[in-house]
Amino acid sequence: MFFTFIVVVILTAVVLVTAAICIAKLLAPRSFNPQKGEPYECGIPTRGQSWIPFKAGYYLFAILFLMFDIETVFLFPWAVVAQKAGLVAVASVSIFLLILVLGLAYAWRKGALEWK
Amino acid sequence: MNDYYNLEALTSVIHAALCGVMPEWVALTIECVIVGVIIILLYAVLAVIMIYMERKVCAAFQCRIGPNRVGGKGGLLQVPADVLKILIKEIFTPAHVDKFLYSLAPYLVILASVFTFSCLPWNNGGLILHMNIGIFFVLAASSIGVLGILLAGWSSDSKYTLMGAMRSGAMIISYELSIGISVLTMVVMAGTMDIHELVMGQADGWNIFKGHIPAILAFIIYLIAGNAEANRGPFDLAEAEQELTAGYHTEYSGMHFGFFYLAEYMNLFITAGIATTIFLGGWMPLHVPGLDGFNAVMDYIPGIVWFLGKTFLVIFLLMWIRWTYPRLRIDQILTLEWKYLMPSALVVLVLMTFCTLMGWTF
Repeated sequence: MFFTFIVVVILTAVVLVTAAICIAKLLAPRSFNPQKGEPYECGIPTRGQSWIPFKAGYYLFAILFLMFDIETVFLFPWAVVAQKAGLVAVASVSIFLLILVLGLAYAWRKGALEWK
Repeated sequence: MNDYYNLEALTSVIHAALCGVMPEWVALTIECVIVGVIIILLYAVLAVIMIYMERKVCAAFQCRIGPNRVGGKGGLLQVPADVLKILIKEIFTPAHVDKFLYSLAPYLVILASVFTFSCLPWNNGGLILHMNIGIFFVLAASSIGVLGILLAGWSSDSKYTLMGAMRSGAMIISYELSIGISVLTMVVMAGTMDIHELVMGQADGWNIFKGHIPAILAFIIYLIAGNAEANRGPFDLAEAEQELTAGYHTEYSGMHFGFFYLAEYMNLFITAGIATTIFLGGWMPLHVPGLDGFNAVMDYIPGIVWFLGKTFLVIFLLMWIRWTYPRLRIDQILTLEWKYLMPSALVVLVLMTFCTLMGWTF
């Protein structure tokens, strides 16, 4: 039953977007003009492509994010049973957290959290 | 507990009635279609209400009147008129874009918000996607949205969109950590990820009262990070009009742009809805211990009124924040997250674990 509803929700989203686009295509006027195809700029033609190597700073934060996001994923199963599992589980989770906090401290010290 | 308004009873009556006149698979198909139509209607109606609310609230904060011409004095029909206008605008694809990814991006953005939207507990028995990992699923599904934003920015092949998408991507993934950890904090306290059980567990008091200090701190962290997740001010630098025209959706026109606009408002609703679910008791009425008459009166208000009321309260709070604070720079945003918000979220998590194990929560 549950997977049926997942499919229903996905289909709903797809239908919502497709239907709205179809309505717009039916109702909207259409005209062709070569200048419409140009990138939106301040009036001067764009120089070169935009698919170029981009600032690495964003990438660095993405890597840091990956580390901590996986930490959250691992912590969720523990969180559900935290009350029943008691102190032993808390001790092992604290070691896990400590290692990650050390990682954050290292990144901080190395200046990975500064925007350059 | 308000059992009079249990939607489960209504849905089982409909199911039995349908099964009586037709084979079960036909009945199930019809039910699925009904659910889909309800989702689309709720989605559209709530978006219209919220856009109107945003205009009025923003006007009030800026000492303006706001929409006041279309449909009487309050400008009630302004937003429906805008919806109609956007539907009759031409959708055109610029010549230079990556066509497949360009048209895929709105689908992903809408998919993410419809997914999370159907995980909200509207009423007792009114949960569309009910599963035992509910809140975890919400976190997972909401991160599809950032994929859509990045695709939109990258495939448009314009410098404005690329910069807008990169900023927005970096910001959203960073703030997702704080959201994750503050949700985790509440899961430690509630001991379940099931959204229905999360709400049922708050029958004897909302989590924000039961968890006192750590819960309130987690709530504040959640609100700040949720505001950033919804791409709204003061974290709206992805769409900083003065420098990037419209950010990642600069190259989109007509209804294509409309989807990003719609998803942005629905993400605000979902952020507020999840905050309501995990901190403010979902559809549970407000109960004050000792005041039995008051509690009985509160029980007569249907769950959906409680849910929408609390959600719109949180939405108003977020709008207030948006129209009060000036926009932050990208380095300030990342510093706020990585040096302040996330370490404090971790401290709150440890605090909450300690409180729960010592039995200091109510």
